[in-house]
Amino acid sequence: MTEKLHKYVDALKNHNPEWVAEVIDALGEVTIFVPRNSIVDVCLFLKNEHKFDMLADLCGCDRGPEEEPRFEVNYHLFSTSHYNRLRLKVLLSEEDPVVSTVTGVWKTANWHERETYDLLGIIFEGHPDLRRILLPSDFDGHALRKDYPLRGYEPYSMN
Amino acid sequence: MGLENQIFESLPDVVTVKLDAVVNWARKSSLWPATFGLACCAIEMMNTVSARNDLSRFGAETFRASPRQADVMIVSGRVSRKMAPVLRRIYDQMPEPKWVISMGACATSGGVFDNYAIVQGVDKVVPVDVYVPGCPPRPEMLVHAITMLQEKIMKESLRDRLDTNESESRESTVPGTLPVTEGTSLERETEIEVARREVSQPYTVPSRHERRRSS
Repeated sequence: MTEKLHKYVDALKNHNPEWVAEVIDALGEVTIFVPRNSIVDVCLFLKNEHKFDMLADLCGCDRGPEEEPRFEVNYHLFSTSHYNRLRLKVLLSEEDPVVSTVTGVWKTANWHERETYDLLGIIFEGHPDLRRILLPSDFDGHALRKDYPLRGYEPYSMN
Repeated sequence: MGLENQIFESLPDVVTVKLDAVVNWARKSSLWPATFGLACCAIEMMNTVSARNDLSRFGAETFRASPRQADVMIVSGRVSRKMAPVLRRIYDQMPEPKWVISMGACATSGGVFDNYAIVQGVDKVVPVDVYVPGCPPRPEMLVHAITMLQEKIMKESLRDRLDTNESESRESTVPGTLPVTEGTSLERETEIEVARREVSQPYTVPSRHERRRSS
């Protein structure tokens, strides 16, 4: 079922073995763990050489403050010509949640990265306009972090 | 020859009443609500003005899209923290006399949304005259709230509702709306830093009758 997807994994490995840290093949989906400093190169390669011309989603995830690495950023790639889907994953530590932006590859990443920054506090280096998009601009903290209190911090919790 | 002729003939030429009574009667008889539907309660609010419940029986059927033409703001639905400054700005734009009805559990107390995103009661932002419970309240309850508000208006004095010319109420700053930013956030201070540096402000200064109420 996922043989056609492993074609792209092999292509990545052949081009640069350091690009693929780990591959998870589950539920008919292929997830590739990519080192943080090569995510832009991998995205450019997949877009230009293998026609993954659409970034279907970019989202962050907080595994919890006790986990290490704590954060992950998921890139859901889609091709409008051969209709395959691929997921890239970058792991980030709590102390240094910084990853390069992919707005230069897909422009749609702009707002997705702003949302990830807004809710999880992941910094996208090189982003043209990294500010909050959903929460109020004077919001304190990042609401989707697991250690964020449900009612927020004073005084805005207004309880 | 009609009924009205007989009534007028039985009345004296001059009637003296308290000015308060006449003005309050005029005010309560044409309450124009501002359209401020925020969530599902707004559906019931729309139903209230429709033919079946017919809010125009009480003179409150004219929903105005402009706050400058409205008398009463019906806050129908949960107020998110991002909407709160907008709500307060619209309230500030309404001319005196003005009243607020908090419609439904969410507007009154946050309801089931006990989290960081929802203001826990719209009375944190604007002064509320009538609270309507329910999730959502039935249109009859909103009609009842309007009539209760009318009773309240009849007990008011003209002096309570002087419009204020004080400059502070004109220049109220509302944090959280339309931030103008330049450059990338890595170059400039983050918004949190800016917010921390500035003195924390309430959403706006209280209007005149609001201050009197709290004192």
